[in-house]
Amino acid sequence: MALIDLTGPDIELLLTTLYRQYGYDFRQYSEAHVRRRIMNRFILSGLNSMTDMQARVQNDNKFAALLLQDLSITVTEMFRDPEFYRSLREKVIPILKTYSFIKVWHAGCSTGEEAYSMAILLKEAGLYDRTTIYATDFNQQALDHAREGIFSNELIKDYTINYQRSGGPESFSSYYTSQYNMVIIDQSLKKNIVWANHNLVTDSVFAEVHLILCRNVLIYFNKDLQNRVQTLFLDSLINGGMLCLGTKESLRFGEFEDRYLEIDRKQKVFKKKY
Amino acid sequence: MSDGGKYDAIVIGVSAGGLKALRFLIPELPVGFQIPIVIVQHISAHSDGSWIHLLSKEGNRIIKEADEKEEIKKEVIYVAPPNYHLMIERDKTFALDIDEKVNYARPSIDVLFESAAEAYRDRLIGIILTGSGADGAKGLKRIKDRGGLTIAQDPAEAESASMPTAAIAATQVDHILSLRDIVDLLVEIENTHQ
Ligand SMILES: C[S@@+](CC[C@H](N)C(=O)[O-])C[C@H]1O[C@@H](n2cnc3c(N)ncnc32)[C@H](O)[C@@H]1O
Repeated sequence: MALIDLTGPDIELLLTTLYRQYGYDFRQYSEAHVRRRIMNRFILSGLNSMTDMQARVQNDNKFAALLLQDLSITVTEMFRDPEFYRSLREKVIPILKTYSFIKVWHAGCSTGEEAYSMAILLKEAGLYDRTTIYATDFNQQALDHAREGIFSNELIKDYTINYQRSGGPESFSSYYTSQYNMVIIDQSLKKNIVWANHNLVTDSVFAEVHLILCRNVLIYFNKDLQNRVQTLFLDSLINGGMLCLGTKESLRFGEFEDRYLEIDRKQKVFKKKY
Repeated sequence: MSDGGKYDAIVIGVSAGGLKALRFLIPELPVGFQIPIVIVQHISAHSDGSWIHLLSKEGNRIIKEADEKEEIKKEVIYVAPPNYHLMIERDKTFALDIDEKVNYARPSIDVLFESAAEAYRDRLIGIILTGSGADGAKGLKRIKDRGGLTIAQDPAEAESASMPTAAIAATQVDHILSLRDIVDLLVEIENTHQ
């Protein structure tokens, strides 16, 4: 099959159709990311031209749904970046302890591994019972998976290592029960998590949140969209509330750097100034 | 950035035996070598980046992890951070992606090369050095298809021959060279065209 030339206007047209017809707006996402996903889907589906692909998106809901899944990268782990979770234990939990109730927002929670990791940390610190975790994503399929809390056995081996590296004091197996080749997350970890569909591009703020985690989501956005989302976060946090970004993300663009103090420079933990 | 010169960037993919190869190649390039270089080296997800400091010191030039949205500058050597795929946008800035591994690797050479080929078209040089597996073969082909210059390290010399061998099998590469000759070619390109 000949290599297609995917031009800027081709991509724009496809994204505009996705937005107009299905309501998902990827027009301010990283072009390299979008291009890679479109090219992969093009090849996998054995299409012949961009005109074909455009027609499929327009006329075939199932195909469009596939492409939407492609564009939402849901790769995640429990205790991904153990050093970050160590920082949460040592630097963030002590601040959260001073509040009588705690609201946490995981923006872009994917299949839930990160929110469950947070539930474990809070439980170990004796804070979970006074916490509500709002875990949001725009990918309903991922949210449904998250709510079930069933993960493959294969993955648990890595998660256990991550947990131990993060300074976890318990036996990790106390947080799930095994069944066949799956594990089911303990019911007690689920009770204060609210799973909700929320699109960072089009939806609005969450009020009075003490802690926001948005990790490995902003890397897919262009600068303008990053700024929109940073405004959303700033407006959602209480004064003194904290924001955690992914290891390779930062506040360095726009006017946001001045609005926060650095709690952990390397692990990207920030505190909103009073 | 296309101000004269024939090439605007060099991308290098390297795996097993890579540090040794880079420790030879980079210090041999003259200080002030203009064309920016972007490297994917297969490294562990938990690498602390000490190999970058080592290379930077020995090579006596700026070598740094690529940051997301960072603009690619002349004279600088960038490496992909551990556990992320590295891509180049058409506006010559970096993008990171935490998607599934490709060819068992994250960062993957194919991912960098394919995006770089779209961003730089025929103004790109792609180089595959020593390494096990076949990562980079598809990416080098894309660079060739888009009109860029393609180079593979001579498998006979490479500490691990499979990556350059796979690249040569997938593409009619422009040059198959020893590390020494790769350095000389790059210097010649810089001196005659840039
Ligand atoms: C790579 S995952 C990150 C998961 C987790 N935070 C982590 O770091 O392990 C990115 C998630 O962001 C979600 N996402 C992307 N664009 C979004 C948007 N506009 N609104 C809400 N979620 C979005 C994707 O659906 C995906 O689940």
